Amino acid sequence: MDAGDIARAVTRIAHEILERNKGIQDLALVGIRTGGVHLAHRLVRRIHDIEGTQIPIGELDITLYRDDLSLRKDQPILRTTSVPFKISDLKVVLVDDVLFTGRTIRAAMDGLIDLGRPAEIQLAVLVDRGHRQLPIKANYIGKNIPTSRDEAIEVHLEENGEEDRVVILRA
Amino acid sequence: MGLKRKDLLSLTNLSAADIALILDTADSFKEVSGREIKKVPALRGKTVVNLFFEPSTRTRTSFELAAKRLSADVINFSPSSSSVVKGETLLDTARNIEAMQADIIVLRHSSAGAAETLARGVKSSVINAGDGWHEHPTQALLDLYTIRSRGMGFAGLKVAIVGDVAHSRVARSNIFALTKLGAEVRVVGPPTMIPLHINQLGAQVYYNLDEGLRGVHVIMMLRLQLERQGRALFPTIREYARQYGLTSERVKLAEPGAIVMHPGPINRGVEIAPDVADSLSSVILDQVANGVAVRMGILYLMSGANA
Repeated sequence: MDAGDIARAVTRIAHEILERNKGIQDLALVGIRTGGVHLAHRLVRRIHDIEGTQIPIGELDITLYRDDLSLRKDQPILRTTSVPFKISDLKVVLVDDVLFTGRTIRAAMDGLIDLGRPAEIQLAVLVDRGHRQLPIKANYIGKNIPTSRDEAIEVHLEENGEEDRVVILRA
Repeated sequence: MGLKRKDLLSLTNLSAADIALILDTADSFKEVSGREIKKVPALRGKTVVNLFFEPSTRTRTSFELAAKRLSADVINFSPSSSSVVKGETLLDTARNIEAMQADIIVLRHSSAGAAETLARGVKSSVINAGDGWHEHPTQALLDLYTIRSRGMGFAGLKVAIVGDVAHSRVARSNIFALTKLGAEVRVVGPPTMIPLHINQLGAQVYYNLDEGLRGVHVIMMLRLQLERQGRALFPTIREYARQYGLTSERVKLAEPGAIVMHPGPINRGVEIAPDVADSLSSVILDQVANGVAVRMGILYLMSGANA
């Protein structure tokens, strides 16, 4: 995917979110650190372009909810969760860059529910690369990219000082 | 990336980067402490043992809350209700606790070096929660966190540590950490309470409080250990309070916006006047609140080391 593909995918997902939720009533976006946060901001901007209103946006760090924490020798660096609004009774769209095993999303849902009881949780991802290990499925997908397990997918974004693109690295 | 160490015994062997990592991690836990549900599953299945051979309310409660908010199981162990009164040694007590699969032991002991001895003898991680007159690393780290959260940088920061420096593990840990981060540390107190050669740790000595407070950004008061009164370190409490008690007039000698800290418990009207302890410049209760977040950060970082 190049910059144009990513921009079109973000625009389409923004429209799909609005269509499915019939507008922006009670809608909020929460990006998963780090890639998902940038994409969530882009989606919020796009939704603002379409509807003329800014919807609430939060940032979620899932480190403390990982299922491999007790197995690791080294603790991963924590980043801060910042969800500056009450999520209870909102329709929350989780945003991440790549959907792979589903474990991150499981952790994110647990993290989110610790902050309140959303009316609904939906999931938007830029890339779905398959290989799920949990029964999790995205509501909004930028692009399905079939991969083999030993390949890696990298999402480069302008926000990190790179050119927008998605690349597959062969093992 | 992590702390890459089994134990937290002293601040002398932590680098400035290690300290920054702990403070940054504490930031994330500050957010958790502000939530409605103040609990995360990070230490599920881990056991933290609070092994306190000296009385402590603040530190023990703080560690207990920190461990519980991380979903660890916590056991509190105090000598009056244990086999220690039957003559068991520290190491044997700890080995028994270890045999019950404790992951982290938090130790408070009246002898300097107790935590180090323990750390050598057990595989569990050991966190020093105060050993004799030696060190109290987690208190210094929460002091640093409190200073930083007030928007102050450490390079060039002027800090006065006032009181019984000689018998204060809090003072020693703070001197080690603050000088490492580039702060200018003054110790203030009567000669009987200032150890010889403390300038070798990089602290400047002041015997006059007014002079010591001039131009500082942080005033760190130490508790006057009234239980040591028998040692004749000062003539009377009233005289000590007059010469070394922090009053609102004296706070004005410091830089405008200076903060007043105290590790607690405070002796109102002795080392600190009640109106100063309750004033806007006092961050004493912030220190307590931050203590939980900082200890959560430390427990989180330590729990990976021997997984």
